[in-house]
Amino acid sequence: MIEINKISKWYGDFQVLTDCSTRINKGEVVVVCGPSGSGKSTLIKCVNALEPFQQGDIIVDGISVADPKTNLPKLRSRVGMVFQHFELFPHLSITENLTLAQMKVMGRSKEEASQKGLAYLDRVGLKAHAHKFPGQLSGGQQQRVAIARALSMDPIAMLFDEPTSALDPEMVNEVLDVMVELAQEGMTMMCVTHEMGFARRVANRVIFMDKGQIVEDCAKEAFFGNVEARSERAQQFLSKILQH
Amino acid sequence: MSTYQWDWGIILQQVPESEEFYYQWLISGLGWTIATALSAWVIALLLGSLIGVLRTLPSRPLSFIGTAYVELFRNIPLIVQLFIWFFVVPELVPTVVGDWMKRDMPLPEFTTAVFGLGLFTAARVAEQVRTGILTLPRGQKNAGLALGLTLGQTYRHVLLPMAFRIVIPPLTSEFMNIFKNSAVALVIGLTELTFQMKQITGDYAPSNPIEVMTLVSLLYLSVALSVNRIMAFIEKKSRVPGYISGGK
Repeated sequence: MIEINKISKWYGDFQVLTDCSTRINKGEVVVVCGPSGSGKSTLIKCVNALEPFQQGDIIVDGISVADPKTNLPKLRSRVGMVFQHFELFPHLSITENLTLAQMKVMGRSKEEASQKGLAYLDRVGLKAHAHKFPGQLSGGQQQRVAIARALSMDPIAMLFDEPTSALDPEMVNEVLDVMVELAQEGMTMMCVTHEMGFARRVANRVIFMDKGQIVEDCAKEAFFGNVEARSERAQQFLSKILQH
Repeated sequence: MSTYQWDWGIILQQVPESEEFYYQWLISGLGWTIATALSAWVIALLLGSLIGVLRTLPSRPLSFIGTAYVELFRNIPLIVQLFIWFFVVPELVPTVVGDWMKRDMPLPEFTTAVFGLGLFTAARVAEQVRTGILTLPRGQKNAGLALGLTLGQTYRHVLLPMAFRIVIPPLTSEFMNIFKNSAVALVIGLTELTFQMKQITGDYAPSNPIEVMTLVSLLYLSVALSVNRIMAFIEKKSRVPGYISGGK
């Protein structure tokens, strides 16, 4: 589904990604973790070309991201993305947030788009808030709307870029619950997150990044179960975040 | 001061050797002031938004065009710009166009004032629109693009609606400025409010200038205050529920 082939990226002279390769198969849930500044968010943003890269290629459902002939808006419309800071559109009601891209990108009618959007809003448990504006919802609620917004586009895969890092602790679980449910339904997911509980529960594989490189890319059982076999850097990271 | 003979009746007096009254001149001047400012504002808002957007685009040539426009029009005094448009440009363009500008262009003073003032103010509007766009979180643009919207759609539906809301207060000042700046058009002979004031107090009723100047000041003041109220109304109407944007 998503094939990342030897991609490298520089900001000027500074190399942020070095030869990163991995693949995410249909129905797989892959968690990407690592210390801040390791390039996780940059890597996931390369998948839908929000960040350009200078070397290598990414193939999403058979379509090359690096190919200049690729219709990027079309490719992006098929891959859902959820951001750390939700990024709902503040001037639009929740319903309008859910329907805007469906109408403008997919050409759905207003009725069809609302029906679809509201069905997903119901699934994330927020149907009663359809008429409100993003600023009137809590962070956890906004992030659930953002997930519903992405799902309304019928994505073939979902990208999550630290979806719970900006949330108050008490709101983390309501978002993770939605993500777990999604994973269990078979959605292909790439998640940059520090939520190791989530990784243990639903991930198929865990990728560990450090200094722009993929250091570990292995099955969840191996990552958490056989810590001694992991790289030193990964062990350090795990010992720090799993301490408490 | 003590010898000044106040006579507010001057406003209602007839202009010597004319069918008209002074108040009619002032009303006509006010009409031209409003017509000039509103027409120029349309140009300033449309062109300014476009230039402001250009300056935020990833494309270097487009962004350069925007920057060059702003620096050129913002850094030359308005009065000089009006002189250039009125007296210099017709000599520089091809003869056919220049002759048309000098002879056949309808309402030459008004047209020149509208374009001169509009292009000047567009540079200032552009800076405000650009600031508004840059104030938005970077993730907003990414969120629009990630949903499959094109860059144009992202500006149209995501970035600009918020950017304009954010810059309503500075745009209000600019909208008020355009009425006040329109007074400069008297130098190319536009018979707007200040032109009429100057004509009345200088040539026709030099013994009662203070009444005329006071009335003209009050007219400008009431126009500015009306604009301010209208913009405050628009700001209130476009307020986003739950969106925190400063305040007291």
